Amino acid sequence: MQAKKRYLISLLTGASLVLLLYFGGVPGPAPATSRHERARGGGGGGRRSGQPWPHASEPFQPFSPGDETDTEEYNAHVSPRQKREVHASVYRGKRCRMDSCFDFSLCRRNGFKVYVYPQQKGEKISESYQSILAAIEGSRFYTSDPSQACLFVLSLDTLDRDQLSPHYVHNLKSKVQSLPLWNDGRNHLVFNLYSGTWPDYTEDLGFDIGQAMLAKASVSTENFRPGFDVSIPLFPKEHPRSGGERGHLRANSIPPFRKYMLVFKGKRYLTGIGSDTRNALYHVHNAEDVVLLTTCKHGKDWQKHKDARCDKDNAEYDKYDYREMLHNSTFCLVPRGRRLGSFRFLEALQIPSTVRSIHQDKILALRQQTQFLWEAYFSSVEKIVLTTLEIIQDRVLQHTARSSLMWNSHPGGLFTLPQYSSYLGDFPFYYAGLGIKPYPKFTAVIHAVTPLVSQSQPILKLLVAVAKSQYCAQIIVLWNCDKPLPAKHRWPATSVPVIVIEGENKVMSSRFQPYESIITDAVLSLDEDTVLSTTEVDFAFTVWQSFPERIVGYPARSHFWDSNKERWGYTSKWTNDYSMVLTGAAIYHRYYHYLYTHFLPSSLKNMVDQLANCEDILMNFLVSAVTKLPPIKVTQKKQYKETMMGQSSRASRWADPDHFAQRQTCMNKFASWFGGMPLVHSQMRLDPVLFKDQVSILRKKYREIERL
Amino acid sequence: MCASVKYSSRGPALIPRMKTKHRIYYITLFSVVLLGLIATGMFQFWPHSIESSPEWTLDRRSVHDAPLVKLPVSSPIPERGDLSCRMHTCFDVYRCGYNPKNRIKVYIYPLQRFVDEVGVPISSTGLSREYNDLLSAISDSDFYTDDVTRACLFVPSIDVLNQNSLRIRETAQALAMLPRWDKGMNHLLFNMLPGGPPDYNTALDVPRDRALLAGGGFSTWTYRQGYDVSIPVYSPLSAEVDLPEKQPGPRRYFILSSQTAIHREYRTELERLKEENGEALLLLDKCSNLSQGMASARKRCYKGQVYDYPQILQESSFCVVLRGARLGQATLSDVLQAGCVPVIMADSYILPFSEVLDWKRASVVIPEEKLPEMYTILKSIPHRQVEEMQRQARWFWEAYFRSMKAIGLTTLQIINDRIYPYAARTYEEWNNPPVVKWSSVSNPLFLPLIPPRSPGFTAVVLTYDRVESLFRVITEISKVPSLAKLLVVWNNQNKSPPEESLWPKIAVPLRVVRTKENKLSNRFFPFDEIETEAVLAIDDDIIMLTSDELQFGYEVWREFPDRLVGYPGRLHLWDHEMGKWKYESEWTNEVSMVLTGAAFYHKYFNYLYTYKMPGDIKNWVDAHMNCEDIAMNFLVANITGKAPIKVCISYLLACINKFASVFGTMPLKVVEHRADPVLYKDDFPEKLKSFPNIGSL
Repeated sequence: MQAKKRYLISLLTGASLVLLLYFGGVPGPAPATSRHERARGGGGGGRRSGQPWPHASEPFQPFSPGDETDTEEYNAHVSPRQKREVHASVYRGKRCRMDSCFDFSLCRRNGFKVYVYPQQKGEKISESYQSILAAIEGSRFYTSDPSQACLFVLSLDTLDRDQLSPHYVHNLKSKVQSLPLWNDGRNHLVFNLYSGTWPDYTEDLGFDIGQAMLAKASVSTENFRPGFDVSIPLFPKEHPRSGGERGHLRANSIPPFRKYMLVFKGKRYLTGIGSDTRNALYHVHNAEDVVLLTTCKHGKDWQKHKDARCDKDNAEYDKYDYREMLHNSTFCLVPRGRRLGSFRFLEALQIPSTVRSIHQDKILALRQQTQFLWEAYFSSVEKIVLTTLEIIQDRVLQHTARSSLMWNSHPGGLFTLPQYSSYLGDFPFYYAGLGIKPYPKFTAVIHAVTPLVSQSQPILKLLVAVAKSQYCAQIIVLWNCDKPLPAKHRWPATSVPVIVIEGENKVMSSRFQPYESIITDAVLSLDEDTVLSTTEVDFAFTVWQSFPERIVGYPARSHFWDSNKERWGYTSKWTNDYSMVLTGAAIYHRYYHYLYTHFLPSSLKNMVDQLANCEDILMNFLVSAVTKLPPIKVTQKKQYKETMMGQSSRASRWADPDHFAQRQTCMNKFASWFGGMPLVHSQMRLDPVLFKDQVSILRKKYREIERL
Repeated sequence: MCASVKYSSRGPALIPRMKTKHRIYYITLFSVVLLGLIATGMFQFWPHSIESSPEWTLDRRSVHDAPLVKLPVSSPIPERGDLSCRMHTCFDVYRCGYNPKNRIKVYIYPLQRFVDEVGVPISSTGLSREYNDLLSAISDSDFYTDDVTRACLFVPSIDVLNQNSLRIRETAQALAMLPRWDKGMNHLLFNMLPGGPPDYNTALDVPRDRALLAGGGFSTWTYRQGYDVSIPVYSPLSAEVDLPEKQPGPRRYFILSSQTAIHREYRTELERLKEENGEALLLLDKCSNLSQGMASARKRCYKGQVYDYPQILQESSFCVVLRGARLGQATLSDVLQAGCVPVIMADSYILPFSEVLDWKRASVVIPEEKLPEMYTILKSIPHRQVEEMQRQARWFWEAYFRSMKAIGLTTLQIINDRIYPYAARTYEEWNNPPVVKWSSVSNPLFLPLIPPRSPGFTAVVLTYDRVESLFRVITEISKVPSLAKLLVVWNNQNKSPPEESLWPKIAVPLRVVRTKENKLSNRFFPFDEIETEAVLAIDDDIIMLTSDELQFGYEVWREFPDRLVGYPGRLHLWDHEMGKWKYESEWTNEVSMVLTGAAFYHKYFNYLYTYKMPGDIKNWVDAHMNCEDIAMNFLVANITGKAPIKVCISYLLACINKFASVFGTMPLKVVEHRADPVLYKDDFPEKLKSFPNIGSL
């Protein structure tokens, strides 16, 4: 029995010891949860030492009782439809949002069309505002019919609302109110660069904009209505109307650091709004790699406010050349001025210095991004205006709007039309970024203009040769001939489907229509008299897969600046470089069909259609404007050139003597619309790896190309 | 371990008083108890015994042990949130200071139980499971600090996740009593269910001065852009249900509506859609006659048929997320988890983490009034995009929605990115799922730019002791018009380079750099002496390239500045042993690498090779004295995703296998083309060609 008693006692002792330990009663090992268990929200009391946050042990209640949403009471809130109506009436003025102050129904009928009020006699309009209006009127959004419009732009100059400015338009309030279509500013867009004046520089425009959207430089978060207003850069009146210079970055030097680390040169103001920031700059200035210069010379009576540092600062200020500093600095400071926005911002973008960073890679990337942003959105008034309109259009499009990636990576939102597709992989620009490849086949589009009379016509040979390509998915024959379609049996039998489409207006531009039957990413565009072998097609397509955003073609042409005539010249001579490839035989991404049809203005397309010429030049202009790169020429058989130049078909337009002169005229017309010459020269041609190498022809994959 | 020692020292103290025959019995018994104890309590005891501290007695294990704080009736109430607050007006960034890790420090207030004068707690639920998880996650993260003086951000331990369980006035008073409250400066509140009946405000109604709000269900009128953080409404199902990831692709239903509390106006619209489109739509509601014991939250019904929720979400391509009384819906989280593309219809709703997440790639947002057009809109979306969105949706859930920890840390990271913008995560880091990060490239030289010809290139010749051949190379290269500078990397530590007077006289500067060790990597060092972007790496025995060939190579590099531009199989190699030219006889039709025995490339790749080469490749190359060119080809292809221009084909399989394993993928791209001058081998007068002396050998 004793043994049993002892056994019991010791068991009890043991058990109580265990319990004691478990509840932490013994001042020994403290209970603490392991990281693992804590992460699971785990049991066991305690905490890691030194942490005041307990990982408490109790069975907590969930924050939301799961079935709350099921109760009828919860559901019996106001009718959502009524709620929307209430929003629209409550959130006005400073609380405007697209939901409450914009009438989407106006855009539904005719799409995103912009109406500009006719200019009234006697109204002075500043140069900058004229540029803005011209950009809108020249864009594909413009409509002259207010009943078609979704967005309205005033012809009254609202850019400069500084009362002391010579451009200030008086009585704007009554002028705006008297506009019959004003409708409290609903669906109106008001541009503004300057608002308020000395001394407080408010952001008030001096008239009631009502429900109008504001595209404004220097807008602060306090007054900015997110998702409604648009913040635009402050631009000087000399800012180019269209085109604009490219960024100044020419070389990506390594290491990316420049002579100066951080620079700024500007007025100091001494007193009043914005002066505290600039008065403080001298603390950071070290005259070595950080050069922040201010001058006190501002306004007529600066001497009155002059402080002890002024003379020294003014002297230092004059020592440095502003442009030299900008070009030689890694970063540029953009401090606020009297108003928030500053010209310095644009300048800093064009001259690639960035605001602050650490790693070399990051500086390199930031610097390149400044260049991209400058070229895509800032370099001309037209770009600034179009970007503003596209941002608003994205809001109207809603679910089909551009993604951030489209806006923030090359070639940018202006060249990426979301109506084409909302899928990034449908564009030629994002393959590498998404880690995907274009569809490995092409669609051939043959432009037929002569009737089918004999079985030996080049178009039939071409059809057979192209169809034999292992990469050919289908062939589309675009029947742009006045004669009726030939019977089906007249076409040769091929292993790939041949689709015959009758051209709508039988005009030249129809060859670049984004036909729905083009299902592949790549398009092989062909003239009917083109002579190509299967090998040549195969090789060109493999090259295109490496450069899906460019045009890859065979015969090339070049442009040059004719300094005597002060205009662009066109040459088809054999030269050491080229800047265009003919689209009578070229491979490119089908997106360019869409861009050609929907991005280019009808004035250029009409010109092409009337002349029945220059369509290839226009396509090359377009693609180079997008890519900023030359096309790619691949090698071709020798006889190709001669046939291309038109002995084969009688109707060939290449035989026309006017043809060449027209092309010269086209070039200059196109260059003026693009605001500059987008074409870029290249000096190289891509050949198969063993092309003309002294190895057995049998070892060569593309041996046909070398045979004459 | 320490613990077990203590027990055994206790054990023997009891034992001596017992009889010997029982001793073994007791010892065994005790050991068993002890073992069980160690086995069950191991994880709990272990860490503490390692990091035991004298402070531990202050520890509180239970919420009920938290000190009770009585709020006087007259205790001050903070002001309502200020709508004009922004980081530069209501946040003191100086508290965050500059720190080398670019990481904000977050302090969590110790737990207190606030009660009013009569002892009623300020919250009906107290600390919720979710808020406890959230605070635990923060305290386990790198953001956490227990030093209140070093903190940049303060998180109260007052749970305001669900406004319905709060007494608004008292909660506000409790906030104001926090020792560092200071008008809410730098304080962060987490709220998922804001507002209350009947009008359901879209932000927390608790007056909170300038505190930041991480809120679920903000509307555009309450959200302070760049200040507040919009967070998801956590779905408890995330933890309860394991939905394995499903391959993107078409699913059984096209559109699924699974919410139970849909306003009847909208339910009528949905029913009309269902009538028009039939089987493509599945319109579920709560089950009316479920047997007892079945969790109603986990079942949905349609005409008496019962479906498992959230599993059924995986059967649909699109899932409707309609606004309820509140804008934020926990359903969104379930839908994302199922890899179903959310169709969000909640006008003016600020989507969760929209400051950094690109929702256009993972969801479809349709205005409420367009509900009748939903089917047509969704049908117009390309299939491949739907698949992409399904993948993206699932990844958003995994990365940012799946737990309170994910939600909390994402919020802190967003605030961190604002404080240290120059170290902020990039768009790609936030938005690209791992599979895309893996297969895509982010080339820092992404700008399409053809550098001007004028700066020229720097030739870098690596040499050991072949002086005669070196001098010939120098003389040859010096004829290239665009050569800007010649840099000789003298890799022989035992021998000095020849005297200055012996070197060939050339028109451009010639510099000799002596290295400390005979390493192959030295040829890729980004020497300060290289002042041009373009580098021509050339071996000291490559003398058969003509000036035209080199100049053309440079021109090609200008058109492809982010690629390696090398020379083809015609490259002749000097064979020292045989004393004659080796002839490269291996010809292929494909290019995936170029030899760096003669190649143009951007100096940036030198920087990458020296400082950013993954794994131990650099050491491997130096140890084996080989394959540096293959390593360079891998590096460039991996960064740019682009093939080199031109090729040479001799390589060692061993290196390829080694490097492919380090990069984890085979980055090399195969192409079948090479660059030639426009008029190469054309029937054209040679003297009119820019580069006549190419391939003339």
